[in-house]
Amino acid sequence: MSTSTLGPKSTSAAPAGKSGNGAPRRDSYEPNMVLATQTFDVVGTRPVRHDGADKVTGRALYGADLTLAGTLHGAILRSPHAHARIRSIDTSKAEQMDGVHAVVTADDLPEAEDKLVDVGEGDTRLSYVHGNVLAKGKVLYQGHAVAAVAARNQHVALEAANAIVVDYEPLPSYMTAPEAMAADAELLHSDLRMKEFGEQTDKPSNVAEHFHWTAGAVDEGFAGSDVVVERTFDTSTVHQGYIEPHNVTALWNHDGRLHIWCSTQGAFVVRDVTSKILEIPVSNIKVTPMEIGGGFGGKIPVYMEPVAALMSRKTGRPVKIVMSREDVFTGTGPTPGSHVRVKVGASADGKIQALEATLAYEAGAYPGSFVAPGGMCVFAAYDCANLSVDCYDVVVNKPSSAAYRAPGATQAAFAAEQVIDEVASKLGLDPVGFRMRNAAKEGTRRADGPKFRRIGCEQVLQAVRDHPHYSAPLTGSNRGRGVAVGFWFNVGLESSCTLNVNTDGTVHLVEGSTDIGGTRTSIAMQAAEVLGIAAEEILPEVVDTDSVGFTSVTGGSRTTFATGWAAHDAAQKIVAEMRVRAAKLWSVEVEQVEHAKGVYSSNGNSIAFRDLAAMSSKTGGPVSATATVKPRGVGGSFSANIVDVEVDPETGKVEILRFTAVQDVGKAVHPSYVEGQMQGGSVQGIGWALNEEYFMGADGTMKNSSLLDYRMPTTLDLPMIDTCIVEVANPGHPFGVRGVGEANIVPPPAAIANAIHRAVGARMQRLPMSPPAVWAEVAGS
Amino acid sequence: MQSIHVRTKINGQAAEFLCEPRQSLLEVLRDVLRLTGTKEGCNDGNCGACTVEMDGRIVPACLVLGAEAEGADILTIEGIAEGSALHELQNAFLEGAALQCGVCTPGFIVASKALLERNPDPSEEEIRFWLANNLCRCTGYDKIVRSVQAAAEKMQQETTS
Repeated sequence: MSTSTLGPKSTSAAPAGKSGNGAPRRDSYEPNMVLATQTFDVVGTRPVRHDGADKVTGRALYGADLTLAGTLHGAILRSPHAHARIRSIDTSKAEQMDGVHAVVTADDLPEAEDKLVDVGEGDTRLSYVHGNVLAKGKVLYQGHAVAAVAARNQHVALEAANAIVVDYEPLPSYMTAPEAMAADAELLHSDLRMKEFGEQTDKPSNVAEHFHWTAGAVDEGFAGSDVVVERTFDTSTVHQGYIEPHNVTALWNHDGRLHIWCSTQGAFVVRDVTSKILEIPVSNIKVTPMEIGGGFGGKIPVYMEPVAALMSRKTGRPVKIVMSREDVFTGTGPTPGSHVRVKVGASADGKIQALEATLAYEAGAYPGSFVAPGGMCVFAAYDCANLSVDCYDVVVNKPSSAAYRAPGATQAAFAAEQVIDEVASKLGLDPVGFRMRNAAKEGTRRADGPKFRRIGCEQVLQAVRDHPHYSAPLTGSNRGRGVAVGFWFNVGLESSCTLNVNTDGTVHLVEGSTDIGGTRTSIAMQAAEVLGIAAEEILPEVVDTDSVGFTSVTGGSRTTFATGWAAHDAAQKIVAEMRVRAAKLWSVEVEQVEHAKGVYSSNGNSIAFRDLAAMSSKTGGPVSATATVKPRGVGGSFSANIVDVEVDPETGKVEILRFTAVQDVGKAVHPSYVEGQMQGGSVQGIGWALNEEYFMGADGTMKNSSLLDYRMPTTLDLPMIDTCIVEVANPGHPFGVRGVGEANIVPPPAAIANAIHRAVGARMQRLPMSPPAVWAEVAGS
Repeated sequence: MQSIHVRTKINGQAAEFLCEPRQSLLEVLRDVLRLTGTKEGCNDGNCGACTVEMDGRIVPACLVLGAEAEGADILTIEGIAEGSALHELQNAFLEGAALQCGVCTPGFIVASKALLERNPDPSEEEIRFWLANNLCRCTGYDKIVRSVQAAAEKMQQETTS
């Protein structure tokens, strides 16, 4: 890569770490580049992850791998109807079956108090969480949990669950936001009253909340524009698609303490939500997070934990429940389908004059669709004084939606980035140049009010413009190149970390962030950097909720950022203590002891961390430190794509010929795993763009609830995913880190849509852009 | 339901087990023999997480009945490393950061090993074709494909040197 105009760089072909990415380079260009702005000794290198050997040998224990002695196996009976009143539930036949030990329904849960509960990434009403765990009175979607059985084995449990007789009275069902918003639509929740502009109204509605943000003079902005484009877009419901189904084992011990082992992004969320649902103190619950087989936001909600706990209390034995894939599709996730209108006006000189959007997202059965973040992100990449954004959170008869990687932003970008592209095209401007001319920068006001601190939007666009992919020739018919940019926040929330120094110079690191993609290592590396020792000399463990301070979810791109910060702070405390120990050793004042790169020195004396650690017993005893953080200096992350596609006009199939992901990550702590986040997010975006959808029948039931029919990308559908890491240091983090987990999923559907438009002239206003949909557009254009 | 007595060979060792006629090989491996390295992602042959080698062919263990393992020679993820030494594919996956959550990794390694035994120098296209029944939702496959290439290169160097 010789054309970059951005600062110094290192590449994955010449890693600075002990063990690099050993993949051979068979390409004539550098597929993964790092545009680095600052260098450290450990941060920025590529060590082998600490949990790696366990995970390549099958030794790592995921939730479903745990079977305690005496375990009973559970199964959940789910609603076959999209919307129905439950007239009665008869469990008598199931209860009498041989091998059945317990049956529970919503009647076994305590009554839900009317209060708010923190469910990991915000508050919701306890009654909604409650109602989703086991339906009471009504089922609101196909797959809604109605009853559960614990039995000798999973086969007996399933048979017994199917022997439960539920008398349903089917009700009209609504699958999309516009249908549920219609004036004559039946209410999903008789007690739901719309919240509007932050105020609770008394309007009964399927619209749970209406947000509105405005700034400047929007009408004048459009009046002063030479080009105005307005379009409406729809996207289908998609699932997070983690390979490991949800699972739980619960043991309600005879001492009254409840122990839960499960696959979750937030062990403390499971503890706290389960405590509220079952009305027992948090101190009576211990949650052990097992290894997690993917989450992407979908493993934040609590589904089966309280149910397994109830059945364990009834039987005095551990109860284990593992979802089937169909349960995962119909009973968990998904991310909302959306209906989005975007209007953009710009003057002939290429300046955006006004922006307007209306977003309506399907929350699913209970309020909370992440439409508000969608509205905050829809125009986040642009600096325009005149804008107006309306968001509607709409309940429909689909599973209660869950976070999915930059929740809400991808749907918004699919709409906004196509309209932006069209405006650029009508003005005769280069799509990247037009975006750069209007790019958000430090001080730009976001739609919802806050002004950006230092961000990397311009730098990401500059990297796109300068990337060899952007200027590479693309020839051949029905081929086109598209670009798009996307934004996602980071959250700080709360994290804890403890470091225990061993006498051999290694350090045990204790943390509570579920490791979904290498964060044990990215957190350990930050401690190693401060201590001046190797990443391999830190031994990280993710522990249960009894054994570490409160730690919020692995989500919101926060884990490397915030738990890494806690590790940084704990390591600084260790350094301070080691200076005290060295001072004692040499009988000098602690102020006279200096520390640099793991060596403590004073007046000609010096000692390495390892040797000082070995003397801890003689210098005052064990060395240990804990730090907790609630960081405020969160940065946001911008991400952009360059994608080349070829459209087969005969079939409508879109082939990805080449794909480049560019992202501002602040500082890549472990560049290989940062690239991995960018590549993984990109491919989830590609799946969302081209194939994935909940195919709903007229009766409101899902017709493709298997991994054969819900078509996620395979190896064969994809090229290599090239990455370009841009580092615009986040001033709010000790190493400049920004969260990297999410922004990468935002631009792909829009970039691919823009590429399809350039390839065949069709403007795709619906996701997925599957072969029949593209074929229809090509045939019609 | 009467159990069936099955004699088989797993990871080079003779193994006997009792299973119900309806139990899949995946259930037997995980629940009866406690070889939990083989994962369940879909239970209908579409994700590849439970890929094992049976008499030289890779199969999704969820689509094989336990009783069908009678007399078979089965290789699971637990049998890939030789003693304390990791297989080159396992090393390559670690060096190449080819796993994130790791739950699909056992299936990918078992499938990739079978590929390299048949085709020691596969092209990118051949790797992608061979691994198309193994789903990974975290990595976007880039680093998996590159790691298989890296392992192939290393193994060829070892055989020629």
